[in-house]
Amino acid sequence: MNSLILRLAAKRLVIAFLTLLFVAFTIFFATEMLPGDVAEVLLGQAATPEAVAGLRTAMNLDQPAFLRFIYWLGELFTGDFGVSYVNKLPIADLIGGRLANSLKLAGVTAVISVPIALALGITAAIKRGTLYDRIVSIFTISVISVPEFMVATIAVIVFAVYLGWLPALSMANEVTSIGGLLKAFAMPVITLSFVVSAQMIRMSRAAVLETLNTPYVEMALLKGASRRRMVLRHALPNALGPIVNAVALSLSYLLGGVIIVETIFNYPGIAKLMLDAVSTRDLPLIQSCAMIFCLAYLLLITIADLVAIISNPRLQ
Amino acid sequence: MSDKIANWTASDDAMVENAIRRGASRRELLQMMFMGGVAATTGATILGRATAAVAAEPVKGGFIKAAGFSASTADTLDPAKASNATDYVRCSAFYNRLTFINGAGETTMELAESIESSDAKVWIVKLRKGVTFHDGKSLTSADVVFSLNRHLDPAVGSKVNALAKQIAQVKAVDDQTAEITLQAPNADLPTILALHHFMIVADGTTDFSKGNGTGPFVLKEFQPGVRSIAARNENYWKERKANLEGFEFFAIGDETARMNALLSGDIQLAANLNPRSLRVLENNPAANLFISKLGSYTNLNVRLDMAPGDKQGVAEGFKYLINRDVIKKSVLRGLAEIANDHPIPDWNKYHNAELKQREFDPERAKSLFAKAGILGQEIRITAAEAANSSLDYAVVVQQAASKIGLKVAINRVPSDGYWSNHWIKDAVHFGNINARPTPDILFSLLYKSDAAWNETGYKSEKFDSMLLEARGLLDEAKRKQIYGEMQAMISNGAGTVIPVFMSNVDAISPKLKGLTPNPLGGMMGYTFAEHAWLEA
Repeated sequence: MNSLILRLAAKRLVIAFLTLLFVAFTIFFATEMLPGDVAEVLLGQAATPEAVAGLRTAMNLDQPAFLRFIYWLGELFTGDFGVSYVNKLPIADLIGGRLANSLKLAGVTAVISVPIALALGITAAIKRGTLYDRIVSIFTISVISVPEFMVATIAVIVFAVYLGWLPALSMANEVTSIGGLLKAFAMPVITLSFVVSAQMIRMSRAAVLETLNTPYVEMALLKGASRRRMVLRHALPNALGPIVNAVALSLSYLLGGVIIVETIFNYPGIAKLMLDAVSTRDLPLIQSCAMIFCLAYLLLITIADLVAIISNPRLQ
Repeated sequence: MSDKIANWTASDDAMVENAIRRGASRRELLQMMFMGGVAATTGATILGRATAAVAAEPVKGGFIKAAGFSASTADTLDPAKASNATDYVRCSAFYNRLTFINGAGETTMELAESIESSDAKVWIVKLRKGVTFHDGKSLTSADVVFSLNRHLDPAVGSKVNALAKQIAQVKAVDDQTAEITLQAPNADLPTILALHHFMIVADGTTDFSKGNGTGPFVLKEFQPGVRSIAARNENYWKERKANLEGFEFFAIGDETARMNALLSGDIQLAANLNPRSLRVLENNPAANLFISKLGSYTNLNVRLDMAPGDKQGVAEGFKYLINRDVIKKSVLRGLAEIANDHPIPDWNKYHNAELKQREFDPERAKSLFAKAGILGQEIRITAAEAANSSLDYAVVVQQAASKIGLKVAINRVPSDGYWSNHWIKDAVHFGNINARPTPDILFSLLYKSDAAWNETGYKSEKFDSMLLEARGLLDEAKRKQIYGEMQAMISNGAGTVIPVFMSNVDAISPKLKGLTPNPLGGMMGYTFAEHAWLEA
C-alpha cells in the first residue's frame, strides 16, 4: 500500500507542476486580452499618448509582454515572485501578510465548519426520513439559497449595529488577545461557515445514504450489527472518498473565493489583493496570486484523494 | 437629542450651524426655521444646540478611524500620482501645498508667504520661513523646483501633466524664493497650485512610501490597499497643530458596510454616501451628515453635430424639458443645487448671477421640438450607472417627454467601458463631470473648440479668444465680466444640459467636530484630519 501511495504522490506532483505551468500561461494570455495596460490604468483620465509612452518606458514595460512573462517565470523557479508594477513593492511582501490573514480565516472556518457539517450530514443520513433529517435538509437548502453578502450584511446589522456585541469590521491586524480574535472572527467565520457547510452537509448525507443501501451494509444489518456499528464501521469508510472530496472543494473556496466577505468586513485577505491586481493589470501580482490559489487547490484535492484511498478497505 | 422634532434632521442642524458661522443673526435664523415649519419654542432649542456646537472649543487628543470608498494596491503617497479621495486624504495629512482653497472658495497662502506677478507670466513665490519636513530638513526653494518639475517628467506619471505643461521653467532665486515662468500668462496659477497634486515634497525624493512632507501628521504605517496610520506632527509649522493624536485611514468599498461600520461605532467617518442611503441615516443619533457643495454634476449631452441635436432648438428644448426640481427633490433627496446649464456654481466667485435661471417649461420645449420637426420621432438617450444617477435623470426626461408627444427611449449600457465607448460619442448621452476650482480649467477642458472633452461639439471662435484673454488678466472685475459672458454663451449655445450640482455627503460620528465644507471635495476638501477634533 505504501508504494501505491508513493507512486500516486509522485504522479500527482508531476501533474500538479504541469497544471501550474498551464495556469500561468492561461492567466498570462487572459490578462493580455484585457483592454488597457498598467500605464494607462495608472494615468486614468490623464492618459495622453505621450504620457502613457513615457510611463511605459520608465516602468520598463516597453519590451514585449511575453518576454517579461518568461523572465518572471524564470525568476519564480528561483523562488523570487518579482516586483509589483504598480507600487514597486516586492510581491512576496505584498502577499505575505495577506496570505497569512486568508489562511487564518480559512483555518478557523474549517475547524468550526467541517466537524459540524460532517456530523449533521452523517446523522441526517442515519436518521433518514425523520423530522431531524427534514430540519437539517431544509436548513441546508435555505442556507445554500441565501447569497453570502445577504448573510454578512444581516449579521452586521443585527450583531454590530443593533446589539453592539461585535465589531462591524474584522480588523485582523489589531488582534492581540484570544477574546479579540473571537470577536474579530465571529461574523466572517459564521458567514463563511454557512456558505461552505451547506455543500458538505448535502454531500456527506448523500454519500452515506448511498452506501447504506448497498448489500454489504444490509448484510451487516442481518448479522445483527448495531445501527451505530453498521454506519461507522461498514458504511462510512466507503463513503469517505466523496465526502473528503466535497470537503476539499469547499475549503479551496475559502482561500480565493471569499472576496465578498473580505469586502464587507474589510478583512485584508488575498482575494481582494488579486482583484486589485486585475483591475490595475499588475501581471506579476496576478500571476503570483493565481499560482497560490492553484497550488492550494491541487494540494487539497491530492490530500482528498490520498485520504480516499487510505480509507477505502478494498484498496488496503 | 432628547427633543425630537418632526422633519428636522442632522443635516438641518448642520445647515443652521453653518449659517451661524457665516454670521447670520438670531432673528434671521429663527425666520429660516419658521419657514421650514418649526415652531418658535422648538426653534430656540435648535438654535441653542447649534450655537453651542459652533462655540465649543476643540479638544486635544483622540484617535479616529475613517473609511473612504476605494483602496487598492495602487494607493500612493506620491502627490503627483494621487488619483482618488483615499490618496488625497493621506497626502493632505502628510504634505502641504503652496496655496490652499478655503471653505469660501478663496485662494489663501499655505507654504508660500506670497505668490505675485506683474504680468501673470513670471511668478515670484516667497516661501514661509521655519517650515521643516518630517525628517528635519528645512523647506527651501529647491523643494519647490523639484516638486513642480516632477509633473513634467513622463516617467513620474503625473495626473496633472497636462496642466503642468504650461510651466516653462521653475528656478530657485534664493533659498526662500522661487520663480515660475509660464508658457503664456495665466492669472489662475495660485489657484492651480492649490490642487492636491501640487503638494510640495522634499528635493530628490524617490521613495514616497515614507510620506515625508511638511504636513500636520507624520506617517506611522502604510500598506497600499490595506490602511495607513498617522500620528500628529508635534513640530508642525502652523500655530494651530492638529487636534487629533492620530488617525487610521482605509477604505470600505461596499457602501452598506461603510455605513454600518459608522453606525456600530467602529469608524468615526464614512465618506461619500449615496443619497439613497440617507433614509437610514437621517434621524439616527449615531450619525451626522456632513454635506459639501462641490459643483460636480451629471449632465445630458445633446451633440450639436449629430441628429437630432444638429437641428436648431433641439438642445435648447431639452434644457426646458428637464425638470430640475424633480431631479433635486426626488432623485437626489434634496442634496443638490439647481444649475443653469453651465458648469460654474453660485458659490464660485465668477458665477454669473444675472443670467436668468431656466425653468421647467414643457410647452416651450414642445414648440422648439415642433419647429425642429422631431416630435413623433424616437430619441435614444444613452445612460449608464457609470454616470451617477443618470438612469434616474433619463426617466425624469422620458416622463416629461411623453407628455408633449416626444418619444424617448433609454439606451441603458454597461458601466464598464462607458467613458471610452459612449461618452462624447453618442448623439444624446449622459456625462459626469467633477468640480474644478477655476472657470479656466473647466472651459478649457470642456468647451474650447478643440477640447478633448468637448462633450457636445460646441464650437465658437469668440469663446476661444475670450478664454485666452481672461486667462492672462490680472484685473478681477474684467475677468468676472468675461467669465460671466462665457457662462451665458455655454448656457444658451452649448448642447450640455446641466440640471443640478450634486452635493457630496459624508457621514460622521456625532462626536466628531470641527468639520466645515470645502469646495475642493468631500471630507473638508480631504483635509478633515488637520481640523477635526473628537468630543470627550
